[in-house]
Amino acid sequence: MLKVENAIVRYGAIEALHAISFEVNQGEVVALLGANGAGKSTTLRMLSGLHSAWSGSVTFEGVDITNEKAHDMVSRGIGLVPEGRRIFPQMTVEENLEMGAFARSGSFHDEIEEQYAKFPILKERRKQLGANLSGGEQQMLAISRALMGKPRLLLLDEPSMGLAPMIIEQIFEIIGQIREAGTTVFVVEQNATQALQIADRGYVMENGKIVFSDSAKNLLVDPRVRAVYLGESA
Amino acid sequence: MGGFIHYFSSHFQTLGQEFWPLLVGGLANGFLYGMVAVGYTLVYGVLRLINFAHSEVFMAGGFASFFVMQHLVGTSSPNGISSVLYILIGILVGGLTGSLIAMAIERVAYRPLRKRNSPKLAYLISAIGASYFLFNFAGKEFGRYSVSMAQPYTNHPLFTIFGAGVQMYDIIIFIAGALMLFGLDRLVTLTKLGRSIRAVAQDAETASLMGVNIDRTIALTFMIGGALGGAAGFLYGMNVGVVYTMGFTPALKAFTAAVLGGIGNLRGAVLGGLILGTMESFSVAFLAPSYIDVTAFGILVLVLLVRPTGIMGERLGRSA
Ligand SMILES: Nc1ncnc2c1ncn2[C@@H]1O[C@H](COP(=O)(O)OP(=O)(O)OP(=O)(O)O)[C@@H](O)[C@H]1O
Ligand SMILES: [Mg+2]
Repeated sequence: MLKVENAIVRYGAIEALHAISFEVNQGEVVALLGANGAGKSTTLRMLSGLHSAWSGSVTFEGVDITNEKAHDMVSRGIGLVPEGRRIFPQMTVEENLEMGAFARSGSFHDEIEEQYAKFPILKERRKQLGANLSGGEQQMLAISRALMGKPRLLLLDEPSMGLAPMIIEQIFEIIGQIREAGTTVFVVEQNATQALQIADRGYVMENGKIVFSDSAKNLLVDPRVRAVYLGESA
Repeated sequence: MGGFIHYFSSHFQTLGQEFWPLLVGGLANGFLYGMVAVGYTLVYGVLRLINFAHSEVFMAGGFASFFVMQHLVGTSSPNGISSVLYILIGILVGGLTGSLIAMAIERVAYRPLRKRNSPKLAYLISAIGASYFLFNFAGKEFGRYSVSMAQPYTNHPLFTIFGAGVQMYDIIIFIAGALMLFGLDRLVTLTKLGRSIRAVAQDAETASLMGVNIDRTIALTFMIGGALGGAAGFLYGMNVGVVYTMGFTPALKAFTAAVLGGIGNLRGAVLGGLILGTMESFSVAFLAPSYIDVTAFGILVLVLLVRPTGIMGERLGRSA
């Protein structure tokens, strides 16, 4: 479904990603793990068109999307739940959801109701401003907003960041449901254990390179994963 | 001491007699300021910069409508239904020209800087450059003297409220200004375009993830602000004539109004315009006509010192 080949991403003179390659198959949940500054967010920014690869290629459903702009990605079928959630602070919950359907034409009120059914707390808060939501509510809204764009591939950047353990459980349960509904998921996490529990496979990143990959089951017990997080060389 | 008291009491007497005329005239001017001020505020909302070339959008609207009107009616004053048409066409031509010039300014003076992530100072210099180019170009092409437009109204008071003679001109400004500003408010609150402008104002990158084309939205934001600024240029030029430097002072006052109301805040810009227009108008009665600009810019300095976020604060993103 998604194939990245030798992608190099630069921030000015700094090379943040050094020729990385990986793929995500239809229906999978794939985790991308790595310590702070490894290049996980950069990878997602590349996939969502916010920062195009300098060289290499990104192919999605057989189409080359290497240089596709961010605003065209939703219609291509890729949705991103960005790092730090990025809820529109001065829009209500409902307006945020409407923004999620921005690229689509026609009525989307059934979908909003669908999201409310999935996240009852959002329905309760529908008239509240995004800025006044708790972290967990914001994360649910961010996921829900991305789903409004009907992505076939959902990218999540550290959905557990800054949340209480109970809320994290809930978020990962939701991700499981999203996958069951047929959406492919590519999730970036620092919380490796949590992510690997719902993932099929995982890639481990270090200093802008993918250093190894395996099935989630194997990675859960792989001592190298721990080592990467502790900053030791794998 | 006695003279001092006499000075003020006599001025208060004038105030008593002229309160309503001063208010009506001030509010009419205030609507004009508001129409230009929303242009500053819209652009500030999406780019966090002051478009100091906006004065030339106003000037361009004035000139374009002047030429079209000269062609259509010459110097004869239209009346009856043709005066309504005159005003509609003037607003349309001024607005259209304003939006085109504003779009051109965005393309030429700002977008290249945006693509290069230039520092804010570069935008300011670029704006001043664009402004100088445009008004000097107009001065060279259209002459250095003010030319007057046909006026579709007579200078007799149309009717009086509380003893204040209301000029036809004031009525035109009230109606045109209120309609356009109300339309703008609805546009930004209710339409998909408005929602995209608010989204870009709050978080441009995330807006693009939702499918909002940032470049297009910014261009449209300039065009909307330019349309109101250009239309205001026509309404102003119709009353006092057009000249290549006509944008400078009114636009600086509109900027003051935008800051007064809270830059980035649409309703604040309108409120700021109305307050500024009224205060100017009263300062003429209280002090002297020559104090009119001193009042306006005194307010600007005071707001910047005391409450830089203005009366209503910065919040283009909000729907209401
Ligand atoms: N806008 C930028 N300009 C320059 N360098 C950047 C920029 N954004 C990220 N980097 C650098 O690129 C590298 C990868 O950053 P990235 O944000 O992708 O890491 P990450 O794995 O998501 O880290 P974290 O877990 O902290 O979110 C880091 O060294 C970072 O400093
Ligand atoms: Mg990150």
